[in-house]
Amino acid sequence: MLSPLAQARTAPVQAGAAATPKLLVDGLTKRYGAITALEPTRLEVPAGEFLTLLGPSGSGKTTLLQMICGLVEPSGGRILIDGQDETRTPVHKRDIGLVFQHYALFPHLTVAENIGFPLRMRGVAPADLARRVKDALEMVHLGHLAGRFPKELSGGQQQRVALARCFVYQPSVILMDEPLGALDKKLREHMQYEIKRLHRETGATIIYVTHDQEEALAMSDRICLMNHARIEQIGTPHDIYARPKTAFAADFIGVSNIFRGQVRRDGAGTPMLVTGNGSFRLSADTPERPDGALVVRPEQLDIDGEGDNEVRGEVVDTVYAGSETRVLVALGGGEETITVRLRRGLAPPRLGEVVAVRWRADAGVLVS
Amino acid sequence: MSAATLHHDGAFAAARRRLRFGPLWLAAPGLAFLAVFFLFPVLRLLGLSVQDLETSAWTGDHYARIVATDVYFRVLMSTFRIAGLTALLSLLFGYPLAYWLAQLPERQRGLAILAVMVPFWTSYLVKTFAWMVILGRTGVINQILSGTGMPTLPLLHNEFGVMAGMVHAMLPLAVLTMLPVMTTIDRRLVQAAETLGAPPANAFWLVYFQLSLPGVAAAGLLTFISSLGFFIVPALLGGPQQTMLAQLIITQIQEMLNWAFAGALATFMLVAAMVTCWVYDRLFGLSSLSGETSGRAGGGQGHLRNAGMKTLSALAKASAALGGPVGRLLGPKMMDRLLPLYSALVIVFLVAPALVVVPIAFTTSPFLDFPPPGYGLEWFRVYFNSDLWVSATVRSFAVAFATAILATLVAGLAALALARSSSRWRGAIFAFFLAPMIVPRIVIAVGLFYLFAQIGLVATDLGLIIGHTVLALPFAFVAISAVVKGHDWRLDQAAATLGANRFRTLMLVTVPLIRGGLVAAFLFAFITSFDELTVAIFVSGGVKTTLPKQMWDDMILQLNPTLAAVSVVVFAIVMALLLIAEWLRRPAR
Repeated sequence: MLSPLAQARTAPVQAGAAATPKLLVDGLTKRYGAITALEPTRLEVPAGEFLTLLGPSGSGKTTLLQMICGLVEPSGGRILIDGQDETRTPVHKRDIGLVFQHYALFPHLTVAENIGFPLRMRGVAPADLARRVKDALEMVHLGHLAGRFPKELSGGQQQRVALARCFVYQPSVILMDEPLGALDKKLREHMQYEIKRLHRETGATIIYVTHDQEEALAMSDRICLMNHARIEQIGTPHDIYARPKTAFAADFIGVSNIFRGQVRRDGAGTPMLVTGNGSFRLSADTPERPDGALVVRPEQLDIDGEGDNEVRGEVVDTVYAGSETRVLVALGGGEETITVRLRRGLAPPRLGEVVAVRWRADAGVLVS
Repeated sequence: MSAATLHHDGAFAAARRRLRFGPLWLAAPGLAFLAVFFLFPVLRLLGLSVQDLETSAWTGDHYARIVATDVYFRVLMSTFRIAGLTALLSLLFGYPLAYWLAQLPERQRGLAILAVMVPFWTSYLVKTFAWMVILGRTGVINQILSGTGMPTLPLLHNEFGVMAGMVHAMLPLAVLTMLPVMTTIDRRLVQAAETLGAPPANAFWLVYFQLSLPGVAAAGLLTFISSLGFFIVPALLGGPQQTMLAQLIITQIQEMLNWAFAGALATFMLVAAMVTCWVYDRLFGLSSLSGETSGRAGGGQGHLRNAGMKTLSALAKASAALGGPVGRLLGPKMMDRLLPLYSALVIVFLVAPALVVVPIAFTTSPFLDFPPPGYGLEWFRVYFNSDLWVSATVRSFAVAFATAILATLVAGLAALALARSSSRWRGAIFAFFLAPMIVPRIVIAVGLFYLFAQIGLVATDLGLIIGHTVLALPFAFVAISAVVKGHDWRLDQAAATLGANRFRTLMLVTVPLIRGGLVAAFLFAFITSFDELTVAIFVSGGVKTTLPKQMWDDMILQLNPTLAAVSVVVFAIVMALLLIAEWLRRPAR
């Protein structure tokens, strides 16, 4: 059963869910004097989506997040939640949840009091409040720690409390600012599953900030890749991995081998890229452009295998990573290296051995 | 080897362990010193208060007399009233200032703290003299008022005068006690509260204020206890209605030589201080005074905690109701400037009195006119030609120097001892070294006077040095402990593995690394002694007077510009010391 508060809030969403996105950021921008922290940006997030803002530090993702929740005032543009303009709404009146990077649990309140805080601020009756706090604690499997203080909990437990405190009042949009950044790798992977589970169970709309591309690929419905204070590319994880639009996108997500050069057409009209490492056939559907960067993923390269294109080079290193082995091959004089994933069942080549690396024309993507 | 000798060896080693009891031996000189010159005299005084003068039999007469005699009872009540009010006003005025300081960038905060510290480094007598100049019937404020055609106000020798002087003296202590707590509060928690739906008033009261409470309580405790023993400010700035307990004790000793009655009065003051400490300890834990986080998570028990939270919620509601209309009236721009503006005003209040004294020292008039009719060096000439003033200055300087060396040495050994000890006595010894800060000075001074009178130390420099060292020890101890706490003892172990013996390790590694704390301790001890009047009022007599005692005698008798000249000299000496200390504290280039 939803509380009356939650019902009142979800009603208009159901009515206009198809037309109105849960969150619409329209021309939003932030400048600090001469420095632009965020170029005018448009972003639509449908209800129930898990969207990740991914990018290096200083790319504007945290600025965007802070403007959405109201901690930073925009220099221009609008923020609409369920079609309502919330740009000037003070932080505490916005129906938004924020999970902080360092959890921001109140050290003077118990776990239960921390989780009850947003309900108290909303004037929820004590009996109802106690029940909802209990439910939220159960949801993150911390029912037995209700009376503890935050400093008596481990990092992972604190993280769960922070999540429960956010989910308990069912905000329209939940923002998470690198919530797993302080945890070690093993725990981080476990918490990724937990957050995905919470997302599934609650159907919440989540905007998740991270600079960890693996985390973004694993968790998101869509990834919004940011660089230099603007959106570089937006799409599903597969979209961005398989069809990056820029060299930056290709380089930031996954491992990429990038060849830059001029586009020519051979006698048959097949597009070719002329690079310092030779000429390569491009996929037939490559859009018309004078120059560009050819992106080929390590798993699309094959040592001594089949393919339309070939480069030769010397093996300089092999990296064993458990589930796969990567081979580093130095090209022409050793200034460039490419990364190749070793085909299953193949013995790793010796260091210093000269190998031929081949790939099919339609495996590569030409980007700007 | 037989089992018997093995057993014997074991017992021998155990005995040796018991005898050595580790590095705590280093605290022994300090413990002995405090036992003889602090604990014994104070207990003796308490003993005197329950003894009949002639028969030495147990009696409660002296206490009965205090409660029954209207005059004494009124003084008792006004002491608590003034101390309570001082603590309250210091917190009220100090909290926004500390809040403002806490959110300043580090560099600007450092500069602002220097300004806040001005009254702290200014001698009590200089401060009080300045307030007399400012508030007097023909003082600075009233001359400005009459100059603009307004009626003059009675500002001196009443409650207002006392509160101005007391709050001015206690505000830096309150601010500097609250500040470290506030700077460690994570301001993102306030943001977090707002994203969770808390309006700004709620976010402040339920999160920030609650987290700053330990600092507020510590500041309240320290200002209240310090205020209990005041006598300079009420004697010179107050009227008969503002007489405080310490003044009464001084009269009883100096004019009546009634030890027992003075002891009973002192007991009241001591009990008040102890009860305050006890309440504080129950609520927050005494260890949080020295900056250690208390073991009690969240603090407080069930009912108290709930009641506290309800109160804070009510405060949040009230301030939101108040803040709304005020905010609309002033507009958001003005609201943002309100705090800096307020802070600037408070800093002016703290700094201005010290500055007012300077022009008066150079006046050509025999009166305390402001602004002076002309400028000259006449009053400095009077000061330097007076044997009484010069010898008082020299004595004060020598006594302060000796006190500083003795206190730094004793406190340094004790701080080293406690830092490395894990003994269960550690907490108790720590508290014992801080005790002279908690027990009102007047109680210690009267106790010491009684002791010194019996062993012939009255009117001697040694007596002064001993008395001042008792008072200065806690400050020196805290200053050194703070630095020793952060000392990396692995460096000492490294020195030992490299072949240095214990003494050389101490001199070549430990002492240079904790130099900052030692310099601060020396400075605190020097200034405590240089500005000390309570012990001096009893122990320095006749021609063997100290500078504060000489100023006190002059101020009671008659205000004159020589006092301003002396104030400037005292101020200059202290400033010079601060600069030297700052220079010494910097690591060698």
